[in-house]
Amino acid sequence: MQKNVSDLLESSEFKSLVVKRGTVSIVLLLLLFVSYYGFVLLIGFNKSFLAQKLSETGATTLGIPLAVAVILAAWLFTVIYVVWANTSYDPEVRRLRALLLGK
Amino acid sequence: MPPVIDQAAGSIQTTLGHPTLPAIVFFLIIVSITLVITYWAAKRTKTTKEFYAAGRSVSAFQNGLALAGDYMSAASFLGIAGMVALKGYDGMIYAVGWLVGWPALMFLIAEPLRNLGKFTFADVVAFRLKQTPVRIASAIGGILTVLFYTIAQMVGSGSLIKLMFGLPYEVAEVLVGAIMLAYVLFGGMLATTWVQIVKAVLLLCGVSVMMVMVLAKFHFSPGELYSAVATQYGQGALEPGGLITSPIDAISLGLALMFGLLGLPHILQRFFTVPDAKAARTSVLYATGFIGYFYIIIPIVGFGAAALIGREVIMNIDKGGNMAAPLLAEFLGGTPFLGFIAAVAFATILAVVAGLTLAAASSFSHDIYVHVIKGGSATEQEEVRASKIATLLFGIVAVCLGILFKGQNVAFMVGLAFAIACSANFPALVLSIFWKRFTTAGAVWSILTGAFLAVGLIIVSPTVWVDVFKNPKGSELFALKNPAIVSMTAAFVVGWIVSLMTKDEIAQQKFEDEKLRTYLGVGAE
Repeated sequence: MQKNVSDLLESSEFKSLVVKRGTVSIVLLLLLFVSYYGFVLLIGFNKSFLAQKLSETGATTLGIPLAVAVILAAWLFTVIYVVWANTSYDPEVRRLRALLLGK
Repeated sequence: MPPVIDQAAGSIQTTLGHPTLPAIVFFLIIVSITLVITYWAAKRTKTTKEFYAAGRSVSAFQNGLALAGDYMSAASFLGIAGMVALKGYDGMIYAVGWLVGWPALMFLIAEPLRNLGKFTFADVVAFRLKQTPVRIASAIGGILTVLFYTIAQMVGSGSLIKLMFGLPYEVAEVLVGAIMLAYVLFGGMLATTWVQIVKAVLLLCGVSVMMVMVLAKFHFSPGELYSAVATQYGQGALEPGGLITSPIDAISLGLALMFGLLGLPHILQRFFTVPDAKAARTSVLYATGFIGYFYIIIPIVGFGAAALIGREVIMNIDKGGNMAAPLLAEFLGGTPFLGFIAAVAFATILAVVAGLTLAAASSFSHDIYVHVIKGGSATEQEEVRASKIATLLFGIVAVCLGILFKGQNVAFMVGLAFAIACSANFPALVLSIFWKRFTTAGAVWSILTGAFLAVGLIIVSPTVWVDVFKNPKGSELFALKNPAIVSMTAAFVVGWIVSLMTKDEIAQQKFEDEKLRTYLGVGAE
């Protein structure tokens, strides 16, 4: 069944698509905020935590793997978003487009 | 046991600062390859869509590399390696900040940007608003951002090339300007994209080889490398030092780095080169991977330089530490490897300036000339001609500004570019995409507030007031080094209040249709 533009915009399917994308974006953005600004605030307020050594004999501090972890986490969030978009968002977009354009 | 390397200051022999045969050969190879690419691209660059957006033919993987190429400047390669070498862990903190904008770019605007835009980010801001005022305001924000970024790049490149090849500063400026103009003028976005790709691959490979060679000196154990650093410079080199003293300052800088990325015109323009929103999204995944990898391995190069070359030797050549990576390259692989790294750094400078020039030219020709002066009705031919004239003019201006600012402290200008980007360009972009009630007046006031507040506050901040104007410490009128937390917030608030005070019926009606395009890509270019 082909829909016209205003029907589609008013449809619960389209609205839930918009809400879903917004939610995923905001949740991932919040996770990014927590990991990065958490790291920054840790440096600001608790330097000694990051300065502690990982082992008795070595010199490596906790701060070094933690900085790497913040970068890896940021990348991981983009992986999560892409996997979500490819498996859940794109099929729904294709379906709604087909409803509208009649293909 | 870590290898004991005792390098008294000055005992190291370096050919740095003299044009060596390997450096010249690598330089000529890179320039010839990129010029051949430009020749190939020139034959495929006739229309505006080809000139500004490479015919939307760039794949997600290619665009990922090109985004990385646009973003990883010589400043981040040589600068962060040097900062880690001299300041230790603080350099690493700084490196992390440069990455975290990328996921935000993906979550918030990568896909809508591709679906709504044509050639410039102003297309997206002005999508449902009144063209003339919004285009002018967006162009002001966009061009200011690019201008400050370019000055920092040009001044940096002049001194870096002087340090590496021994070329006089002015000659270096003209050389960079001339080669990069050749790319942009003849090959447009297609050539610029491939120059970015070549440069990104060379840079990633070069730095990877350096990392492996450094680790090889320490039995492939990073722990041994850190022990060597701690033995020579104390445990403090591996601990947070003086970079973050005021958390609010750090948050403000973090906001500028994170959301400034979402307002950098030359980065945003790259999203119009891919075929669809899915490719736009995937290209950010690749870019984040490449850039993240780069910022993870750069500190190893920096620490390696501290342990193997020594801080004193590095500072003897350049106080800022910029030559840490080239010196390390020479130590590890002799003159040929130094030549390679120097040539890669040069290619990095060329590529970044080319991307900036294309973005500035697009803003002049597409936003100002076509939409403001010609009322949106220029012919294809007129627009291409205008964009080439704009490219040429901006290239010349860049070289002149580079020479004008010779020897000036311009380090703050990158921070300023990010501050303007996150205060002027980013709020208007996000509000225009996601907020129905956003009006033309709201957009214009938001952009102008963000731009002028960012510039004004940075002038009276310690960064410029004390460090550049040499006023006494403590006499600054604004305490934060980066104004983002104030100027970005103000831009959002002003955009919100002015929109509520004004009515823009057409903008609201168009919002529903815009949603169809934002989310489903219906009607996207």
